[in-house]
Amino acid sequence: MKWKSLIKVALKSIMKNRMRSFLTMLGIIIGVASVIALISVGKGTQADISGKIQSMGTNLLMVMPGASGFGGVSRGAGSWHTLTLADAEKIEKEATLVTQVSPVVRESAQVIAGRNNWFTSVQGVTANYTIIRSWPVDRGAFFTDRDVKTMAKVAVLGATVADTLFPGQDPIGARIRVGNVPFTVVGVLSKKGQNMMGSDQDDIILAPSTTVLFRLGDGKWINSITVSAVSERETDAARSEVEAIMRRSHRLAGSEDNNFSIRTQTELNEMATSVTRMMTLLLSAVAGVSLLVGGIGIMNIMLVSVTERTREIGIRLAIGAREADVLVQFLIEAAIISLMGGLLGILLGLVTAGVIGRAISASIVVDPLTITISFLFSGIIGIFFGFYPAKKAAALNPIEALHYE
Amino acid sequence: MALIELKNLTKTYRMGDIDVHALRGVDMKVEEREFLAITGASGSGKSTMLNILGCLDLPSGGEYVLGGIQVSGLSKRELADIRNEKIGFVFQGFNLLPRTSALENVELPLLYDRAGRIKNPAGKAVEVLTRVGLGDRLHHEPNKLSGGEQQRVAIARALINEPSILLADEPTGNLDTTTSMEVIEIFRDLNRQGMTIILVTHEPDIAHQARRAIELRDGRIIKDEVL
Ligand SMILES: Nc1ncnc2c1ncn2[C@@H]1O[C@H](COP(=O)(O)OP(=O)(O)OP(=O)(O)O)[C@@H](O)[C@H]1O
Ligand SMILES: [Mg+2]
Repeated sequence: MKWKSLIKVALKSIMKNRMRSFLTMLGIIIGVASVIALISVGKGTQADISGKIQSMGTNLLMVMPGASGFGGVSRGAGSWHTLTLADAEKIEKEATLVTQVSPVVRESAQVIAGRNNWFTSVQGVTANYTIIRSWPVDRGAFFTDRDVKTMAKVAVLGATVADTLFPGQDPIGARIRVGNVPFTVVGVLSKKGQNMMGSDQDDIILAPSTTVLFRLGDGKWINSITVSAVSERETDAARSEVEAIMRRSHRLAGSEDNNFSIRTQTELNEMATSVTRMMTLLLSAVAGVSLLVGGIGIMNIMLVSVTERTREIGIRLAIGAREADVLVQFLIEAAIISLMGGLLGILLGLVTAGVIGRAISASIVVDPLTITISFLFSGIIGIFFGFYPAKKAAALNPIEALHYE
Repeated sequence: MALIELKNLTKTYRMGDIDVHALRGVDMKVEEREFLAITGASGSGKSTMLNILGCLDLPSGGEYVLGGIQVSGLSKRELADIRNEKIGFVFQGFNLLPRTSALENVELPLLYDRAGRIKNPAGKAVEVLTRVGLGDRLHHEPNKLSGGEQQRVAIARALINEPSILLADEPTGNLDTTTSMEVIEIFRDLNRQGMTIILVTHEPDIAHQARRAIELRDGRIIKDEVL
């Protein structure tokens, strides 16, 4: 068969009815554009979230006060007072699959440095916290185990706090007041950026756990214990081990529920990705429906076109076109319309993804596979929905078609 | 051997409950290089017969042998190929593709010339258009051509595949007398060059330009004369 001529014939008939061809494509354009935009934004967001969770360290375990509720989400986690420094010490002493343990005491306080002041979160941790969170200091030094033991009034500032309290100055060695307690700044943390919930992780002050607990806090209850397992693969084993130690530490009988909960980064990661995956899936279903509607649009217009061109079909059959020739001609026409729609849809989708990405400041992942599949899929839609009208055209009786008014 | 041989050919259309007998047993032979006119009153079966001769339709009974081939037993696909290779058809209503140049209209049958019988397709279209006197109208679209010119484009289209027979159903039905004679002159010319032509008409003047005329009545041949 003469493909070049057939494609030329199809292009000609598409160009003859430019407006109609475009309107026919519109369904496919919108469908493909939404698929491309949604998947690009969805994948981008997923990558962002995974990246942020990775940046917190993948072998992290978090022990939180309060029982874990339905679906692994702790009911009001942190609102119960069940964790103490003794728990953290016990884990450190007894656990074998754990390398680092740091209690975390969280307080909020007004911080004053000279004429500047700032309300921020003050976290009491131990000296190994920079290792656990893989969060090195940028200037100065982190406080030491000795500082923790001696309840030293030293502080390490997050980048945001440093910039706010000491704009253009070196804060190392400076004196600040946290609440009513004077501290000496010993270091500034490197910048970490936003966490996956979008809050600024650098808006923080780190100080020895003991200092925060006894000078700023209630002297007894800590907020959480951050533990790092020996490796990412051992996190589940480490989790069981830590759970057993915690139950012993809290003297829980066999039938009693945990009054604490343990979460791993992997879990958080899965939770986050499953949410975005669900969203992508849901929106893709919507996009799929619009592709279906686009396909039906093609079928509708092709049927009209076949009726309008009955005489032309009659002529072609009379001068020797086989049924297959007519079928192929209309299939090619449907395929070209939908492929053109697919192409325009891909362009529109990428532009839309870019605009959305900028609006919600998320990354965009352009996946060549998605684009290829969308393109091929639009062609398939054209051929699928073009088949019935094309079949109808090919089955026309030449004499009747010639006499069609 | 005759180019065309019809033996007791019948055609019956079913219209709901009643049978319409359009052809009731036609016997006819047509030799190569003949110029035959088929005449008869309206409804006598002329178009029905021509459509069968042109392989656009199949007979209900009897035999149709074209160039030694039994047409009655052919598949739709084989009929299409015969239409493309052996038959040139000219219709009363011209049946040209609108918004398509004379040249492209004439080239149309070549799209289905699978065997590639016609060498130099581009030159061939110009050649046949020149032959019917339209060498200077190659790029005109049908609505910018007169009726006579449109019919000549249709004749050129029928000729491009070098058919062994040219069939025309009332080719002058939509034309005035002068233009009709111009078109008939083209047919006569082609016949003189060796083309077999069968032409349906109900105008005696047109029929008289042929070399043989048969008359149909009620689906039967009632007269067959050499002019
Ligand atoms: N598709 C069809 N279905 C039913 N009857 C038909 C069909 N085509 C033709 N006929 C009938 O067959 C008979 C012959 O028709 P045909 O068209 O061959 O006549 P004709 O000689 O060409 O007439 P005209 O000079 O008016 O064109 C007529 O009675 C017509 O009504
Ligand atoms: Mg007729």
